Amino acid sequence: MPEVKEIRQHKSVVTYLLRFFVIGYLFVLVVWPLSEVVQRTFAPVEANAAGGFGAFLERLQDPSVTYAFGLTVTCAFWAVLINTVFGLGISLLLVRYEFPGRRILSVLVDLPMSVSPVVVGLALVLAYSSGSGWFGESLESVGIFIIGSTPGMVMATAFVSLPLVIREIIPVLEEIGTDAEMAASSLGAHAWQSFRRITLPSIKWALAYGVVLSLARSLGEFGAVKIVSPGAEFRGETATLLIQNRYNNYDESTAYAAAFVLVLAAVLALVVVTFIRRPEDRT
Amino acid sequence: MSIEVKGINKQYGDFVALENINVSLPTGQLTALLGPSGGGKSTLLRIIAGLDTADSGTVSIEGVDATRLPAQKRNVGFVFQHYAVFKHMTVAKNVAFGLEIRKRPKAEVAERVDELLKLVHLSQFAHRLPSQLSGGQRQRLALARALAVEPSVLLLDEPFGALDAKVRKELRDWLRRLHDEVHVTTVFVTHDQEEALEVADEIVVINEGRVEQIGTPDQLYDEPANDFVMSFLGEVTTLEGQLIRPHDIEITVMPQHDDAVQAVVSRSLRIGFEARVQVLTDNGEEVTVVLTRSHARHLGLQAGQTVWVRAAQGALTVPSLRAVPAI
Repeated sequence: MPEVKEIRQHKSVVTYLLRFFVIGYLFVLVVWPLSEVVQRTFAPVEANAAGGFGAFLERLQDPSVTYAFGLTVTCAFWAVLINTVFGLGISLLLVRYEFPGRRILSVLVDLPMSVSPVVVGLALVLAYSSGSGWFGESLESVGIFIIGSTPGMVMATAFVSLPLVIREIIPVLEEIGTDAEMAASSLGAHAWQSFRRITLPSIKWALAYGVVLSLARSLGEFGAVKIVSPGAEFRGETATLLIQNRYNNYDESTAYAAAFVLVLAAVLALVVVTFIRRPEDRT
Repeated sequence: MSIEVKGINKQYGDFVALENINVSLPTGQLTALLGPSGGGKSTLLRIIAGLDTADSGTVSIEGVDATRLPAQKRNVGFVFQHYAVFKHMTVAKNVAFGLEIRKRPKAEVAERVDELLKLVHLSQFAHRLPSQLSGGQRQRLALARALAVEPSVLLLDEPFGALDAKVRKELRDWLRRLHDEVHVTTVFVTHDQEEALEVADEIVVINEGRVEQIGTPDQLYDEPANDFVMSFLGEVTTLEGQLIRPHDIEITVMPQHDDAVQAVVSRSLRIGFEARVQVLTDNGEEVTVVLTRSHARHLGLQAGQTVWVRAAQGALTVPSLRAVPAI
């Protein structure tokens, strides 16, 4: 489109002003605070202590830190797995079937995005804790503990990141329509074959995008997990909880190191997402 | 009989899509389901394919009761208006899909795909993606894919509806020739009467969920069962309360016949090789007459001129059920 190019090439005072404003805004809000984290990560703790990459790695190798990251990865893994499976199911249900309450379900799916994670945690405690929870006591009687253990933290993480996969898949499912699936079934494909060979390849990039987003969200989850987790060292302390605990207990250098790893993971996710978006744009 | 449809009824809420449809189609025939949009013809085709279910009635394919069979067990080939090609697969993979689902040996699949791509003239595009094909090529691909599984019937839902006029005409001729080669029982849905008349062995005219008439193109054209079929199969005009084709009206500048009606030319329009003349008869009927350009020039017709019109000898007329507008 030549017109657009012309407009873009024409640089007025407004263009420079807008550019200055946007860059300045991003710098003050994002770049500068994050660069502080990076700087503190590699800075020596005291005037004559060793700094740099070696010290950073050393802090990360502390057993309580490795435990925290292990737990974060475990929670994120299960949460993402659950969200992928249920996300696919719910998306197919919402797009492909008409049923009473469909609109309500569609709104409910978005709820975790708008509700504060702390409220989510609190709700889970109310429902599942062994003392006052509705299901808690019966679950406890068969030996299952949700609150204060890993399953509860997985649930909290899954709850919070649920809509990410669904909201990526639904528009694509709506766009591809049902013609190709019907063609597949008239060619002899069963529902599963048609899903695996026709539907899944059509939505794979949207699915991958949703998975990466929900993984990034799960790794950084704090509020909901804080409520359901005991939150002590070696007892339900995830990476984000560790950062808070260490920061409050004057072990700031470890907090910065862990924070840096989370930032790195987020940046990595963004890079992956950018590469995933590309093949989709091409078609 | 290859396809036997008996007493099919289908309703969407209050809307009656199909009402007591009975059709039987012999093996190897090319049949058109012809009718206006929303008349139920596509619904009938989807019910035959198993992509939709009827409220009551039965469908049997090749003597087997298929009413309760799911689409994948009916062994029908279905071609959609908007191609429904598998976008993420190459042309060859698209055609191979049905065979791979059936777990045929690789060599056999490759051979059959090759053969079909030749049949639809897409051999040189075997490794392309559908997005690199034109609309006509995509539809030929969809056809090859449907034929690959050797279906007992081939069903096409407005197969050329999304294509431009020229490609549509080419594909129409090509479909006829293809059918003469492969001889698979074929049913196609169309709202284009020219397409149906040109391609089909037999036409089923469907309107408002009912079958209006079944017959060969000539039967339908020469002996329409009612005024709907007559008017749907070609242009009609009303002369003395009778539906008649505009080219079946004789027009003279002198009163040569006793049964001719006196009229006044209100408008004369030339379209290519033909001339369309509108005349207003003495009893207030607006009649359209079509004649060749040279004939019109010979008569020297002009607006306001008095002429005499009558049905040509051997012309087909059907009583019009619509009230003649009173003036």
